[in-house]
Amino acid sequence: MRHGRAVKMAAIVSIASVFAAACGSDGTDTGGSATTAGGSGSGAGLSVDVAKCTAPSGAKVKLQLQWVTQAQFAGYFAAVDQGFYKDAGLDVEIVEGGVDIPPQKTLASGAVDFAISWVPKALAEREAGAKVTNIAQVYQRSGTLQVSFKDKNITSAADFKDKKIGNWGFGNEYEIFAALSKNNLDPAKDVTLIQQNFDMNGLLSGEIDAAEAMTYNEYAQVLEAKNEATGELYKPEDLNVVSYEAEGVGMLQDAIWADQTRLSDPAYCGQAVAFVKASLQGWAFCRDNTQKCADIVVAKGSKLGATHQLWQMNEVNKLIWPAAGGVGVIDTAAWDRTISIASGTKNLDGKTVLTKAPDAESWTNDIVNEAVKQLTAAGVDVNGSSFAPLTVTLTEGGA
Amino acid sequence: MSDPVVAKRSGRGRRIAMFVLAFVLVALAWEGYKAVGPKAGGEIFGMRILASTNDRAMPHIWDMLARYSDPEIRGGTETIFVVVLRAAWYSFRCSLAAFAIGSLLGIGLAVLMARFRTFERAVMPYLVISQTVPIIVLAPLIFSLMAYQSRDLAGETWLAAVLLGIFLAFFPVAMGTLRGLRDTPAAPLELMDSYAAGWWKTLWKLRFPNAVPYLAPALRLAGAAAVVGVTVSEISLGVRFGVGRLILSYGQEATSDPPKLYTAVFGAAALGLVMAAVVLGIDRLLMRNRPPEAL
Repeated sequence: MRHGRAVKMAAIVSIASVFAAACGSDGTDTGGSATTAGGSGSGAGLSVDVAKCTAPSGAKVKLQLQWVTQAQFAGYFAAVDQGFYKDAGLDVEIVEGGVDIPPQKTLASGAVDFAISWVPKALAEREAGAKVTNIAQVYQRSGTLQVSFKDKNITSAADFKDKKIGNWGFGNEYEIFAALSKNNLDPAKDVTLIQQNFDMNGLLSGEIDAAEAMTYNEYAQVLEAKNEATGELYKPEDLNVVSYEAEGVGMLQDAIWADQTRLSDPAYCGQAVAFVKASLQGWAFCRDNTQKCADIVVAKGSKLGATHQLWQMNEVNKLIWPAAGGVGVIDTAAWDRTISIASGTKNLDGKTVLTKAPDAESWTNDIVNEAVKQLTAAGVDVNGSSFAPLTVTLTEGGA
Repeated sequence: MSDPVVAKRSGRGRRIAMFVLAFVLVALAWEGYKAVGPKAGGEIFGMRILASTNDRAMPHIWDMLARYSDPEIRGGTETIFVVVLRAAWYSFRCSLAAFAIGSLLGIGLAVLMARFRTFERAVMPYLVISQTVPIIVLAPLIFSLMAYQSRDLAGETWLAAVLLGIFLAFFPVAMGTLRGLRDTPAAPLELMDSYAAGWWKTLWKLRFPNAVPYLAPALRLAGAAAVVGVTVSEISLGVRFGVGRLILSYGQEATSDPPKLYTAVFGAAALGLVMAAVVLGIDRLLMRNRPPEAL
């Protein structure tokens, strides 16, 4: 009798392990193959002698995103989908991010080879010991906005005075503080700062006068919501938008980061050149094929609706193109501005992102310059000077 | 004349009715408050306590349910119902694995602690401390430990979620089983001694059966803990196919589509209910031959 029970328990356990076996993961993205890296690099920042880098052939490489699959990362998915990585000698697996997965940390642990991260966050992690180096500044402009309804009359950061200003916190608030201090406003006295959720309900319900929003996501969410007063969707005419880029306090966002300690390895630096090259080619493809790239991202399992995805793709393009100095090339003026805000602007707790300016090894243009050179030779438009964004009409819920 | 079979059947019927009634009551409370509560929220004694009842903050229940039949993405072929069901099934399998492994681990630890006092004294404080660390701290920690261990584990966030489920599930089982093994009455133990039965024999024949009633409630706690551990880690780590991830994704759309978020939340709740049913089934199986007075 007792043994019979033991047998049944064993049966239950073994059934459970069958389920467990089925609870795995799949869905890896691969691309794969090879061109050469040559020429010389120069300039400030970390010096990488690209002439010594060896071109990869079929190297397995992992890319860590900073969030789940969406058009914010379309260029990388397009490079997989269109075989650009494969042509560059790489077999790329894209690893999604999450709420609590700091990409620069995963990169420093050696678990992945490259990571996408905002500049201030990656530099903060670098200060904490993670030796990560910015090898391509994909987004040339900041996409952060402060969105408010017309009747609040907030058309510039100077109008923040005596208003309820939403902010995300967690290190996403520094552009707001920089804009406040630029306009001689005291964050503690002249404005009411309100911790904002990652949705826009605070703005719609009136708890917040001006809400923090990304051009490519939260701003669109407002335009996808129904105005209960009119029964129609909110329109851009209903809203005022303050852009931190236009206010002159934009901080650099999505960039490709590499492991500094491995950049002296010829194989790895060859992979870096090939990876940046193929990624930028992906972004150039998305500039010219906005709809197609939105579709690629949806096919990769993004949960965002089709029009929202297209909107995001289009807005992301605006942050990258046109790229006067070449796509992905770090503009030293924007870099210096980012660093000066990151090390000089205090939040309400009196904290700055960085305690001191990062060292020269935190960035390099040598790799991206080489990549841009190769792309130009291959006939890819690396400046997008004739880039014209689409006009995307959003639908309710972004579906 | 009372027929026990009929009595049992009507008892079951009543339980099902109560179960449905509970849902209806919750729904009525929701809609009732929505009907009379303040649209933009209200204050009591100067504090914002009353939740706002507008459609954005509290969507109608029928709007939430209606969303299930809509396609998840416009033009897509899959309805939200199918997507939520698949995600909940995925998370259920992860939770079940965490529950099974966690329970075995808990029983194993309990046996070791019952056998070796020193082991118990050495380990117990750590076990207690381990349960005081919040999951949202542990999830990224376990994940980054995994990433440091092996390149192949980067991106395998589901594994971290299962580990977390195990981590939460083993504790109540270990405590319950230990208590049961210890609480064996002295007389039968002395009888076993008089038979010259060894410790392991006594464990198998006497202490284990004695621990079963203690195990049943512990397993219930473990089942719930496994589900919480898995789904919360799915939110925290963005585990691709899980229902937690779906809550995260739909939560992002809550500005323009509030009812959609609830479809995923209900999915997670259903997952918890199914888990509870599974544990109840195991409980019944373990206790089936016990006379009622032994309980």
